[in-house]
Amino acid sequence: MDHLDVLEQQSVYILREAYRHFERLGMLWSIGKDSTVLLWLARKAFFGHVPFPLVHIDTSFKLPEMIAYRDRLAREYQLTMIVGQDEATLAAKNTFPDKFKANPAMTDAEQAAARTACCSLLKAGALSATLNGTGVRRRLNLQTGVYEIENDRQPYHGVIVGARADEEGSRSKERYFSPRTKENTWDVGDQPPEFWNQFKTDYAPGTHVRIHPLLDWTELNIWEYIKREQIPTVSLYYDQGAGTRYRSLGCGPCQTPIQSTATNVDDIIAELKSGKLRNIAERSGRKQDGKHGLEELRRQGYM
Amino acid sequence: MSEAVVDRDQMNIVIVGHVDHGKSTVVGRLFADTGALPQGKLDSVRAECARTGKVFEYAFLLDALSDEQDQGITIDTARCFFKTASRDYIIIDAPGHIEFLKNMISGAARAEAAALIIDAKEGVRENSRRHGYILAMLGIRQVTVCVNKMDLVNYSQEHFDRIEREYREFLAGIGAVSPKQFIPIAALNGENLANRAASMPWYQGPTFLETMDGFIKAPPKVDQPLRLPVQQIYKFTAQGDDRRIIAGRIEAGRVNIGDKVVFSPSNKSSTIRSIEGFNTQPRTSIDAGWSTGFTLSEEIYITRGEVMSHVEHAPLVSTRLRANLIWLGKKPFLPNRDYKLKLGTAAVPVRIHRLLKVIDASELNSQLQKDHVGRNDVADVILETRVPIAFDLIADSESTGRFVIVDGYDVAGGGIVVESVRDDQDELRSEARLRDFNWVKGSVGLDARAARFGQRPALIMFVGKANVGKHRYAMAVERALFDHGRATYLLDGTNVLMGVDHDLTVDATQAELVRRFGEVAYLLLDAGLLVVSTTNAIGLADHSAVQALIGDTPSVVIEVDPRGVSVAPCDLRIRGDEPESEVVARVTALLTSRAILR
Ligand SMILES: Nc1nc2c(ncn2[C@@H]2O[C@H](COP(=O)(O)OP(=O)(O)O)[C@@H](O)[C@H]2O)c(=O)[nH]1
Repeated sequence: MDHLDVLEQQSVYILREAYRHFERLGMLWSIGKDSTVLLWLARKAFFGHVPFPLVHIDTSFKLPEMIAYRDRLAREYQLTMIVGQDEATLAAKNTFPDKFKANPAMTDAEQAAARTACCSLLKAGALSATLNGTGVRRRLNLQTGVYEIENDRQPYHGVIVGARADEEGSRSKERYFSPRTKENTWDVGDQPPEFWNQFKTDYAPGTHVRIHPLLDWTELNIWEYIKREQIPTVSLYYDQGAGTRYRSLGCGPCQTPIQSTATNVDDIIAELKSGKLRNIAERSGRKQDGKHGLEELRRQGYM
Repeated sequence: MSEAVVDRDQMNIVIVGHVDHGKSTVVGRLFADTGALPQGKLDSVRAECARTGKVFEYAFLLDALSDEQDQGITIDTARCFFKTASRDYIIIDAPGHIEFLKNMISGAARAEAAALIIDAKEGVRENSRRHGYILAMLGIRQVTVCVNKMDLVNYSQEHFDRIEREYREFLAGIGAVSPKQFIPIAALNGENLANRAASMPWYQGPTFLETMDGFIKAPPKVDQPLRLPVQQIYKFTAQGDDRRIIAGRIEAGRVNIGDKVVFSPSNKSSTIRSIEGFNTQPRTSIDAGWSTGFTLSEEIYITRGEVMSHVEHAPLVSTRLRANLIWLGKKPFLPNRDYKLKLGTAAVPVRIHRLLKVIDASELNSQLQKDHVGRNDVADVILETRVPIAFDLIADSESTGRFVIVDGYDVAGGGIVVESVRDDQDELRSEARLRDFNWVKGSVGLDARAARFGQRPALIMFVGKANVGKHRYAMAVERALFDHGRATYLLDGTNVLMGVDHDLTVDATQAELVRRFGEVAYLLLDAGLLVVSTTNAIGLADHSAVQALIGDTPSVVIEVDPRGVSVAPCDLRIRGDEPESEVVARVTALLTSRAILR
């Protein structure tokens, strides 16, 4: 077994444990490389099937390539595809792009605050509402390709997430199975012990558990695996001739591409190995990750 | 310009030790000295400290979370990624504070090797010992001890030697493997971490970094007997898939297509027909480490929690096991209460059968006079599960030799199995295993019978004193089931006594009567029948013996108790004055709720 096999096999084991113990299980799919690898691992674990819904939170500001790619894979893999959105906030134009348009003279600090507030509504808030069923869920009709209102509004008890420990500080403290309170918050100071692959699979009514099969993977591992398995990825990760590409995917207005001429998976792997990106944090292109912004979002249940 | 993906080893190393002995400094300094930190990170933390008037600490570098910084101690394990020329590391910085022992264990349990840090000035402290014990229990055999802050003891060799001696003695006392290497370091100055220290010329051994690179990656346990704890049976019908896949991870050993395999504790057997996978090459053989799936030649009814093995190296099966465990729950581990034992993929109710001793893990030589296991205590106990489970001794097979205990919703303790303890049904269970492993099957399997009859076989036992109406109810139940198209048989104890037991009538022992009754019942159950039994010779007390012989075939015990005095556990208790139709309805409901009737 090589190191990718070891990572893959542990992730498969975790996915199967999640499927066995959580009757109402869902998997977050951000369309990014990590959660797409996760989707692939689910097909590994369940022999070509994905026996639970995939949940995507659409802020409406995602890059269009991401949405097209999502729907294409959903139909190809026959996925139960659920999409949630904070429609009220969007209608009220209470978002960062709306506010910025109204007031282009915002200072950097004001912008940062507006971005975090926007994430907190469109991502953390929408996610929590979609998961607990208070928000509208839309489901892709695989025949027609149209999203229809989903009648099933039951809360999810288990949510599979593609977080990696090497992404940023707070994630390195996660467990594979990490309980969230009724309020969807994470009590990082009092987590249950986790050892010998015996996970937290019992949970009190009203609470849910986040499951992290990719915790031990690094960014390089993810790309190596994409290469090995030939997993389809969004074109935004590659330079299309302008000398830039996205290293991590989010919303258009809050994200800048990095300088890179990598046009394919091999180039990206070479770039990561060469150390060109070694000293630049992966999420550096994301503008909401201020000093405590991300950690705060995490406590609120984002990702 | 495709560059071949060079395979690099990845190794998890945990850093443990008493609080403030210098774990975070070791990790932070190691990062700094090997250029593993993101650009500007160190400077920005230093600047932040200067600005706030705090003395710079490497711990600040690692503490990513604000509440940790407030408390100034590592409360949870932090994982850092780090590489040397030879391989990639995940360094797990485990908290040293007693409050956070469960976090330390979570971190350490993922590690393949460990560094234990001891403060040269403070010497061996409570958690130096407790962590040493836990590393041994977790099965981490590659341990290096760093004696830190040598600058505070004038880099004295004598001082270092004394700590080494003391700690080695302690480990020997608890039967733990003695560490290969003790290294004198001064983490703050980076001495003997990545770079050799000029201050301790008397030390000729490797630096900490060299020791790390010397840790050996344990190969998967391919050469051990096969162990595959069944995770789940999949039957995904989407897109015309008709495979019935037994899924699980091979924890040890190897298995090939065509191998005869047995499942414990049910003792069922079958043959491997195929090895399943997605986006992989077809295989004829697969071994330890793989989370895989199989189809079987003969479909058998097995469930999660069973252990698949080869017949000649099957795991142990019992309800009693002697264990060493550590308790982490907020509430103590108490006798006379049910908990959940999770071992491999099995999860069964468990109780303390006997508390042999409770030890304070920080001393480990002082035995506490306790009738329970308190938080952070270590105990030597005999556990009793409600139903038999398959397991191994820790010395024979790691993954099936260790367990956790769940209290309520949380894992509250964990331990290792050191001995299998005989229980009352030991002999009968061995008889049943030998019988089942050698059972000659017909071409009609249990599943085929179950499909035809629309039922799973089950034993429905009426027990109670003579002349309380057992026979009347048993007849009514059998009649009603039969009239509903079920395949049934009424097994009256008298018929067994007069025939099969004929030779025993003079000096029959109860045990032998029970054994024969159980074996007769087993034959009828193997025929796929619902067996309704009524007998005066065999009572409620004999039920577990009968169950041991019929294995995982479900049984339903109905006690007829006119005086209403019995409190022994049973599935249904009636007084004998109920109308037969009511008893029939209740038994039918019970059978339906247990998925015996479909
Ligand atoms: N003098 C001296 N102090 C040290 C050394 N290593 C660590 N310390 C100090 O010991 C204290 C505790 O260290 P820390 O790494 O936070 O301990 P932890 O609780 O084990 O992570 C801090 O104040 C460090 O600066 C050393 O080699 N020499």
